Amino acid sequence: MKKLTKYSTIAACFGALLLGGCSKDIYDRTANIPALMPQVADGDAGEWKPYLLASNEEFPVAAPIAVTNPDYIAQVNEIKAAQADYTSDEAALVKYWSAGAVLRWNEIMRELVSKRNLPPYQNDDGTYPAPSSTNPLAYPIFPFANPPYAARAYAYVAAAQYDALIAAYHYKAIYNRKAPYKADSTLNVKIPKNDLPSYPSEDAVVAGAAVELLKLLFPADQDYINQRAQEHMQARILSGANVRSDLEAGQALGKAVAQKFATRARGDRAGTAGGNQASWAALENDCLARGEVPWYSFEVPKRPPMLPGFGKVRSFLIDSLGVIALRPGPPPAVESEKMKQETLDVYNYIKNPSRERIRIVHFWADGAGTYTPPGHWDAIAADEFIKQDLSEVRWARNMALLNMTLFDAAIVCWDVKYFYYNPRPTQLNPAIKTLTGIPNFPSYISGHSTFSGAAAAVLGHLLPAKAQVFADMAQEASMSRVYGGIHYLADCQTGLEVGKKVGGYAIERAKTDGAE
Amino acid sequence: MFFKYLPACLLAGAILASTCRVEAQTETDAILMNKSQFCSGFLYSHSAWDEYWEGTLKRNNLNLGTVTTQSVLYMATYGITDNLNIMAGAPYVWTHASAGTLHGMKGVQDISANIKWRGVNHAFNQKSKLALYAIGGFSTPLQNYVIDFLPFSIGLGSTTFTGRLMADYKYKRWFTTLWGAYTYRNNIKLDRPDYFDTHNHNSNEVKMPNVSTFQLKAGYRGRYLIAEASLTRMHTIGGFDITRNNMPFPSNQMNASVVGAGVKYTLKQHTNLSFIGNVGYTFNGLRINDHYFLESRNVGKATTFSGGIFYAFYTQKTARAAHKDNTHQQ
Repeated sequence: MKKLTKYSTIAACFGALLLGGCSKDIYDRTANIPALMPQVADGDAGEWKPYLLASNEEFPVAAPIAVTNPDYIAQVNEIKAAQADYTSDEAALVKYWSAGAVLRWNEIMRELVSKRNLPPYQNDDGTYPAPSSTNPLAYPIFPFANPPYAARAYAYVAAAQYDALIAAYHYKAIYNRKAPYKADSTLNVKIPKNDLPSYPSEDAVVAGAAVELLKLLFPADQDYINQRAQEHMQARILSGANVRSDLEAGQALGKAVAQKFATRARGDRAGTAGGNQASWAALENDCLARGEVPWYSFEVPKRPPMLPGFGKVRSFLIDSLGVIALRPGPPPAVESEKMKQETLDVYNYIKNPSRERIRIVHFWADGAGTYTPPGHWDAIAADEFIKQDLSEVRWARNMALLNMTLFDAAIVCWDVKYFYYNPRPTQLNPAIKTLTGIPNFPSYISGHSTFSGAAAAVLGHLLPAKAQVFADMAQEASMSRVYGGIHYLADCQTGLEVGKKVGGYAIERAKTDGAE
Repeated sequence: MFFKYLPACLLAGAILASTCRVEAQTETDAILMNKSQFCSGFLYSHSAWDEYWEGTLKRNNLNLGTVTTQSVLYMATYGITDNLNIMAGAPYVWTHASAGTLHGMKGVQDISANIKWRGVNHAFNQKSKLALYAIGGFSTPLQNYVIDFLPFSIGLGSTTFTGRLMADYKYKRWFTTLWGAYTYRNNIKLDRPDYFDTHNHNSNEVKMPNVSTFQLKAGYRGRYLIAEASLTRMHTIGGFDITRNNMPFPSNQMNASVVGAGVKYTLKQHTNLSFIGNVGYTFNGLRINDHYFLESRNVGKATTFSGGIFYAFYTQKTARAAHKDNTHQQ
């Protein structure tokens, strides 16, 4: 039957070719998902625990005007005017954004990371230029959104959106201003109605927080980011979900909260994580002094190691002593029999790779030009959260917990990598040809394994029924690095274990944040 | 007979591995098998580049060195009538880079099938002749090879449909041939769940832009010896440029201009047997007053050579008797 379909398709294509070709539309997993219709409204979310805000009233929201006020009626009329010539493009915009603000902004972030995740090309003298946040549009464009950079970016935006949203829910409960479609029953509504007070708008809070932080994190893409935010706000007006003052209050709140996160970001030590010539040399010399073989870059010309200081970046959930306490024991010594065996095992994996193994390597590779492993776990999580019909604020809470743990995984893993400075398998056996690019940093422990171990633990806590599925995915992601020839088994096994422990911190927080 | 330029293979070694889908040869030349004549053989191709165009920026890559694509193609053609031939072929392809750590790929690539029809065969006089052809082609991967690992992938994994029109003019033994082809390429699926081209897709499916190809060639076509020079232009209709220092992607806009030359020789004593050899060189179009024409982009600056041996015979004795030997139509 399947074959028959295939042949008929081919036949149909031949026919259609004469008429101008088959449809080449591609299926996108989230292009046509329904509007958000939460099973639980989470109206009490105003009392959940924030990450950075001192309290949910740190950034006060002014009382709204009454729905009987002529200004308010004018704002409802703005909706009616906008809906008067409702085009199919506008309907598409409403449909797109109604799927959920946190989801869509997470997708936009994944896109920005993919676009900017490209290693700079070398200078003529064999050195490499570093992207500069003060001159972001000059080549190399800022940032190089590699996995640690991306993990941190996803985490800040997710946490800021969460903190801003719970503050918004707090004020929604206090002011209890009805949605415009409840204030004026003649209003045409393009999305499912709910009982949540609409001031300040949760969509505007999410967009406001994202825009403010993304200005800092992806400065070269500001025009694009602003355009998406504008579309988002326009969709809220067109749909009849919010009046202008709902949006303005929401954006102001989101922006204020994000500014507090931006201030933290400027002082979290990520800015100096790239190191300099002296610190790179020190890493190598320290390793030699310990009697070990130091890592070297496989790129030509040799590229400085990626973000060697990232292990010192300030986490939200784990203090610096906690990061050191999570550091596992050393990898097998380079000259040991154990390491020779591990290297031989990697060689055997790449010698005659099966098609299925290559598929696994490429499924999880998430290398240059992609949204990175943290982005991949966000995509996996989003696909599951879509099925759960979560409220906007629970979307934000879950995404914040996930991205906090991915950020922690980056910090802890990078600390371990530069503490041991262990060579990649190909350095010990040049016959090891890899099925994906060798990442430009030391081998022990595997970043993919740490990210995946942490993400699977947190997602397993949030969705217990799927815990085993996530654990199996993490296991496959971890092994993909051995199949690809870029990690020893020990890197991956230890990485998964460390990742799981990192996930424990976010799980502890989840148990006490007031949302369970 | 099997003399041609393999425009596809000339581009092999273009980053574009699929171009090495040595298209069943004879769909690009003005030569037909006689009725009930069967010809088949092997063709080895070697294509290498150490520079490529990233968008329109010509660069090298010290982490790749020289990228080499080799292939062995088996193909066969049969004359249903003197004016209608069918042909099919499939290559085994393997890739390798001289520098860097990435693993080469190997495997059976796409099967292609073509049907070639000569609709007009008009002799103006004893010396000059014009023939017009219509050719329909189809190709599809024979196995689920790795697509998304350029420039190491052995092909682009797309099922294609090609329509081609060709005109051939011959004066005494000198000829010139011009053809144009339009190739429709089906979408492909990657091993990874999502990808970014110019924006993010929550999908493993990639929309493949279609391709147009043109070739002009001229030379000598005798009974035993054929020698020709050619200019081939491949243009991808849509697609996007490789971004700075990024890896190539299957739906890049791969454009290439290739000059080539080739010979075919049929043994006088054993007209069953013939040998062919081709060379091709990808160049960056023509520059006139700072404007480029026929510019190459997102492909390797490849040099390709190929050589093959083919064997022809008649499946029916009566048909054999009607012809002097196993050479192609004159």
